[in-house]
Amino acid sequence: MMPAPLLEMRQIVKTFGSLRANDRVDFEVRSGEIHALLGENGAGKTTLMNILYGLYQPDSGEIFWKGEKIVLHSPRDAIRHRIGMIHQHLMLVPNFTVLENILVGLPSPQEPLLPIQETLARLKDFAAQYGLPIDPTLKVKQLPLGLQQRVEILKALFRGADLLILDEPTAVLSPLEVEDFFAVLRNLVDKGVSIIFISHKLDEVLRISDRITVLRQGKRVGTIETRQATQPILAEMMVGRAVALDHGFPKGGAAQPLLELKGVSLIRPKVGRVLKDINLTLHSGEILGIAGIDGNGQEELADVICGLIPYSEGQMLLEGRPIPNPTPRKMKAAGLGYVPADRQRVGLVKNFSIAHNLVLKSFDDPPFNRHGFLREKVVHLNAQQVVEAFDIRAAALSQPVGELSGGNQQKVILGRELKLATRLLVAVHPTRGLDVGATESVRQFLHAQKEKGIGILLISADLDELLAMSDRIAVLFRGEILGIVPGEAASLPAISRMMLGERLEAIA
Amino acid sequence: MEEFVWLTFLVSLLAAGVRLATPLLFAALGGITNELAGVLNIGLEGMMIGGTFGAYIGALLSGSEWGGALGGMLAGGLLGLLFAFLSITWRGDQVVLGTGLNIFALGLTSFLFRSMYKAGITQFVPSFQVWNIPLLSDIPLIGQIFFRQVPLVYLAYLLIPIATFLLYKTTWGLKLRCCGEHPRAAETVGVNVIKTRYLALCLSGMLAGLGGTFLSLGQIPAFTEGLVSGRGFIALAAIIFGRWKPLNVALACLLFGVADALQLRLQGFGLPIRYEFLLMFPYLLTLITFVIFVNRGDSPAALGKPYPDQ
Ligand SMILES: Nc1ncnc2c1ncn2[C@@H]1O[C@H](COP(=O)(O)OP(=O)(O)OP(=O)(O)O)[C@@H](O)[C@H]1O
Ligand SMILES: [Mg+2]
Repeated sequence: MMPAPLLEMRQIVKTFGSLRANDRVDFEVRSGEIHALLGENGAGKTTLMNILYGLYQPDSGEIFWKGEKIVLHSPRDAIRHRIGMIHQHLMLVPNFTVLENILVGLPSPQEPLLPIQETLARLKDFAAQYGLPIDPTLKVKQLPLGLQQRVEILKALFRGADLLILDEPTAVLSPLEVEDFFAVLRNLVDKGVSIIFISHKLDEVLRISDRITVLRQGKRVGTIETRQATQPILAEMMVGRAVALDHGFPKGGAAQPLLELKGVSLIRPKVGRVLKDINLTLHSGEILGIAGIDGNGQEELADVICGLIPYSEGQMLLEGRPIPNPTPRKMKAAGLGYVPADRQRVGLVKNFSIAHNLVLKSFDDPPFNRHGFLREKVVHLNAQQVVEAFDIRAAALSQPVGELSGGNQQKVILGRELKLATRLLVAVHPTRGLDVGATESVRQFLHAQKEKGIGILLISADLDELLAMSDRIAVLFRGEILGIVPGEAASLPAISRMMLGERLEAIA
Repeated sequence: MEEFVWLTFLVSLLAAGVRLATPLLFAALGGITNELAGVLNIGLEGMMIGGTFGAYIGALLSGSEWGGALGGMLAGGLLGLLFAFLSITWRGDQVVLGTGLNIFALGLTSFLFRSMYKAGITQFVPSFQVWNIPLLSDIPLIGQIFFRQVPLVYLAYLLIPIATFLLYKTTWGLKLRCCGEHPRAAETVGVNVIKTRYLALCLSGMLAGLGGTFLSLGQIPAFTEGLVSGRGFIALAAIIFGRWKPLNVALACLLFGVADALQLRLQGFGLPIRYEFLLMFPYLLTLITFVIFVNRGDSPAALGKPYPDQ
């Protein structure tokens, strides 16, 4: 006799216009388990969880919580039932301190005053109990993503959670941060919290979960015990057919130098040197990987190359010609495409259509523009091509990008930027948040570009990806390049040690 | 002798500055409230205009200046409610709506006032009288500047610490500010963003209405058209100048108030400058503030954006 499950969602249906985001989905979580939810981009995972958190109302279906039927009208109801959620796009106020972010909406014993002392004390408790230390006086915008996520977890714990929904929590974490994060999750389970865990990284899911439910195009495919699951089985459940996973790409083919950085430094007022004496050469037809723990200068390096931040010292050369003051416009004209890391903020205009977002950077240029007028037909055709090439799942090309699933938003940016890159591409975490199939197509696309002679700077926190794709890998640590090694599995130990601050010469 | 003249001049200038800053202060504190909640309210001017008229009617009907204050708050609050309905529920563009509100309030009050005038319903209404605060008003200089004013002035200055407390030290204030920074995040922790913004706009309207009340009942007890003449915009400038912090905003209002007082006095001096230029002075200051400070960051991140956002 099985005990009643903690949560049971029955026959949940949710439609957006003509699209069935959830189609009679059954979903069940047992007390004390980590239950992974898998599915391609747009499969309906976030939608289902938003329903469970009271953000969306289902068209039909029922939710049973601790054996009783409940109706969730808003997140207030979910919080009252002790359901917590950490969203795919973090729900933190960057300008608030950690403490303020935790305090918002928290009931106070001394209303209307904020329960500051009490919260600080509880924060200390939580730090010790769950291994979640944090400095409450820092502003959230000063924290690396790993710590921001910790703030989100604390927020949920403060409101009291028997069930914690984690929507792609590891997408933005570096491998080391993921280890810490998993330790926290196990700790939470020991303390009696049940967890729903969404991720596209199959190896993580296999390591951390007890059971796995797979969604495909809004429908539930099935639920299996993690013990019986393997990566190929899961991939096939998600996509509906066998998928080739993780095959390597042929290396080599680098030709003449394309982009050279000579002694480039970037000095930020108050912060100091965020890039130190960078010497790098990217050849045409080469993929140069940049490894490193998030926040060691990767994003600054990308911004400098793309002309977003002027560098303070040194020299940058494109095909042997110095570019003293690179600007985004100049670099674009030189054939550079840029996939930035923070795509929520810089990449998209949420209430513009997919088609318009795809020409956001080129609506001024032929063929999209003639005599100052946008040629909607051409724009539409372009969108059709990209949507096909990248398998963007949307109701229509005119759909606002804000309505797409997280992964499909990523694909829109990728589609636009990858097309702009005619000579040079800077890609920061290009497959972050993408499902297995989409990841594979992006990698294939990158490889095809390389074969065409384009030089690619690939910045990624995913070492497997770097090793599979790159001809060479440079490791950044505190703004400095500690060494450059060939992109092959044998380099892995050296890369790991450099990521922690050892120089290549010291390792050899 | 010379020194004495200067001192008298300075004291009367500052006393007038404190007085003239009062309507700005009411409106600016209201504006802070709705801006921190994420709503851009260009209609502050219109809400003040509504307040001047509401106060006049209130005083007329009740025969008391405090009844007038109630009328002013009611008129401002109703305009705030209207603005909330149009911008939040109806999701109109906040800049367009605010501008519309200003024109609407000006037109409506002029029309009503003229109709009443034709019908012969004009009479003197009770106005606020100076309250000398015992002891404090006897302090040399300080007493004359701050403590020989009408009660609305004291109320306005009292509201500075109250607003700071409410916005920065209470659970309500934190929720409100979260709505202005990241409304979706507020919603996910159980805050009702729509309700919070409605409330903020109503409060803001009531405060702007009090500012209007001061203009019609705090100085010369009469309603005339053009009493507000741009003070709502000056209050907006003060908010930006003071970076949304009540105390700094209050200081900015004081600066504008003193500038206004100075301008009035210089007109009396018979300087060889056309008085129109002097009249322009506070507005010029406003314009300069907008140009220099408006894009300095630290404005609420979701200011002016409707919610939900698609
Ligand atoms: N507010 C909305 N309006 C219209 N369509 C929506 C809305 N939210 C989601 N959708 C659509 O519903 C489908 C499911 O989206 P959902 O966000 O649940 O996917 P997901 O499984 O979380 O994908 P991902 O892995 O990319 O995050 C998508 O096709 C998406 O375009
Ligand atoms: Mg999602």
